[in-house]
Amino acid sequence: MSADFLYTIEVILNGLMAGVLYALVALGFVLIFKASGIFNYAQGVMALFAALTLVGLQEGRVPFAHLINATFGTHVHNFDWTLPAVAAIALTVVVMVLFAICVEKLILKHLVNQEPIILFMATIGLAYFMEGFGDLMWGSDVKKLNVGIPQGGSLWFEDLTIGWAAEGEKFYGMYIDILDVWAAVIALVLVLVLTIFSQYTKSGRALRAVADDHQAALSVGISLRMIWVLVWSISGFVALVAGMMWGAKSGVQFSLSLIALKALPVLMLGGFTSIPGAIVGGLIIGAGEKLFEFFIGPLIGGATENWFAYVLALLFLVFRPQGLFGEKIIERV
Amino acid sequence: MIYKKTILSAIAVIFLVSPVFADLVFPSLSYRTGPYGPNGIPFADGYADYFTLMNERDGGIGGEKVRMIECETGYNTEKGVECYESTKGEGALLYQPLSTGITYQLIPKASADNIPVLSSGYGRTSAKNGKIFKWIFNFPGTYWDAASIATKHAIEMSGGSLDGKKVALVYHNSGYGKEPIRTLEELSKKHKFELMLLPVDHPGQEQKSQWLQIRRERPDYIFMWGWGVMNSVAIQEAANIRFPMENFIGVWWSGSENDVIPAGDAAHGYKSLAMHAPGDNFPVYDDMRKYVIDKGLGAGDGSNVGTVLYSRGMYAAILAVEGAKSAQAIHGVSKITPSMMRDGLEALDITEEKLASIGLAGFAPTFKATCENHGGTGSAAVQQWDAKKGTWSFITDYMTSDQSVIQPLIDADSAQFAAENNIKERCN
Repeated sequence: MSADFLYTIEVILNGLMAGVLYALVALGFVLIFKASGIFNYAQGVMALFAALTLVGLQEGRVPFAHLINATFGTHVHNFDWTLPAVAAIALTVVVMVLFAICVEKLILKHLVNQEPIILFMATIGLAYFMEGFGDLMWGSDVKKLNVGIPQGGSLWFEDLTIGWAAEGEKFYGMYIDILDVWAAVIALVLVLVLTIFSQYTKSGRALRAVADDHQAALSVGISLRMIWVLVWSISGFVALVAGMMWGAKSGVQFSLSLIALKALPVLMLGGFTSIPGAIVGGLIIGAGEKLFEFFIGPLIGGATENWFAYVLALLFLVFRPQGLFGEKIIERV
Repeated sequence: MIYKKTILSAIAVIFLVSPVFADLVFPSLSYRTGPYGPNGIPFADGYADYFTLMNERDGGIGGEKVRMIECETGYNTEKGVECYESTKGEGALLYQPLSTGITYQLIPKASADNIPVLSSGYGRTSAKNGKIFKWIFNFPGTYWDAASIATKHAIEMSGGSLDGKKVALVYHNSGYGKEPIRTLEELSKKHKFELMLLPVDHPGQEQKSQWLQIRRERPDYIFMWGWGVMNSVAIQEAANIRFPMENFIGVWWSGSENDVIPAGDAAHGYKSLAMHAPGDNFPVYDDMRKYVIDKGLGAGDGSNVGTVLYSRGMYAAILAVEGAKSAQAIHGVSKITPSMMRDGLEALDITEEKLASIGLAGFAPTFKATCENHGGTGSAAVQQWDAKKGTWSFITDYMTSDQSVIQPLIDADSAQFAAENNIKERCN
């Protein structure tokens, strides 16, 4: 095979892996939108907050240390213990559930029957609050996240593919990041678990009922508030997974919240209400933007990924406004 | 009558609570929030703490207390300009915006308002030409100096020549990141190396395409002009593709602890340029702890004292303070105006003796500003990260840039600016 062809395959493969990471963020948006019709602007910040909490717990940092020290003149920063990754993840899940309960009690409960735009605005407020709260709780320094997931190019894959090129071709074997492979596996498991949960459990069925028709679900005794807590908790868990994967790549810092921007074209393409749509949308966006950047980018000055993802999503929207897997809404007057 | 009394009382209150304009005012256009906050915070802390040290230890500068006004820019150019507009009326003596984008916007504004701007190691490189840019300073070095010094280091590593080698520039796709391209293009012609340009969009969280291109093209050296998360992601990606870290050289804005810590051991051996020494092994830090941090007067909690970006902020404040002292000496008054401050900066002479008297012997290169030269000698050292010890160390002495390449570029760019803005050359 020619080296150019193999490089193209490599770019597509890496694009698909990056797409899985985008999809992980998009999944959180889909879950909340599907169950409550809210476009959760705070999803990216939730990923940041979850990752901050995970690192904080793992390293035994004292929450609100800056505030405590400034108020009482103390110099406390760390407890004398650290936590294993599994325990820290479990505790972070608990924190995200508590967060979901607070969101329901302090925000959503008071906004029942409000227009979607009001709920959207509330999530904007929530995002800004969470940014500041996360900073105050865990500090704004850049933190290293290590939950034991290996990282770096796979030597095995490189060795396996290096001989695929025709003799004399300049080819160094295909590159794939082990962390991305892990992310793909975790995303697959996540989607399977979410599908099983929504299809075969009582809570999952209740969630689908609420998603289909709020009024009808209420009339058969399903608690809307319980469903909201449930769906925000699951979304918080998905945010934790996304935050872990992205945080492992770049360290945990404020810009982690901006990964939400990567999820928007995925949602536009895959539809706001479909879990498989988020995955497929992520894969298309990931592979599309990487191919464009790799082959066309150098001809037009590069740095095309940020805008090209949106162009790609808009192109799809021209032909399918509800997204690839979105529900087609027909309203009759 | 009541209405009149209310108005008069209000005016009286305004006068009573208004800041005292006799202070030496140094606005701090900082960014403690947003994606670049983790870098902006230690810089802003270092900047603020040094002024506090002056007030607490020395009773101000030449007997005049320093008043620092902090304004949050979020590393956003529009907000930066708003901060400038809202603080200049307070008697601002000097602006140091820590953003090339904001600096570009302030150059015409501050020049018109007769307020000096100091952009140490950033901003518009050709502002080094004091004959054209009367109010703008960028000592001790510019991006073009940095590009030249990085190239010099690569030449040394290659045994004296880069002929036939390939150098990739991974840069933040902004005015800042694009600044060294012109010089590197000239240097590539002179030293016969191939230059590969790889822009990374803000904020730089995802760089897979760029690093796949690097892996395919196999450059011999990589130079990086990054900021914020872009740096740590790039270092991690370089480690992932097993690029030799000793051949990866960042500009001085890509060489802080924030950039290497997320990559852990993988960052070991990464290099960056440095305009001042790393670490806190200088007497001034003892004073900083004694008079500022331990008394609870620090801008932060003191945990970042001695980090690269804290020291960078402190160094920026030192240049401001020394500029003010120089102005006071020239004009024989302690209450200086922005115009006097400009004179002080233009006469600034940073000698070894001066650095030693500050408690920073050997901390930064020496330089002397002149009417023609607002950019200093253009020196920088190369530092290397030791991931095991968690420290940066100098691996070279301060090196000077190749002025035979840079000066003609500065002359051409500043001449163009002068022609566009109808500015006459001075210093003749």
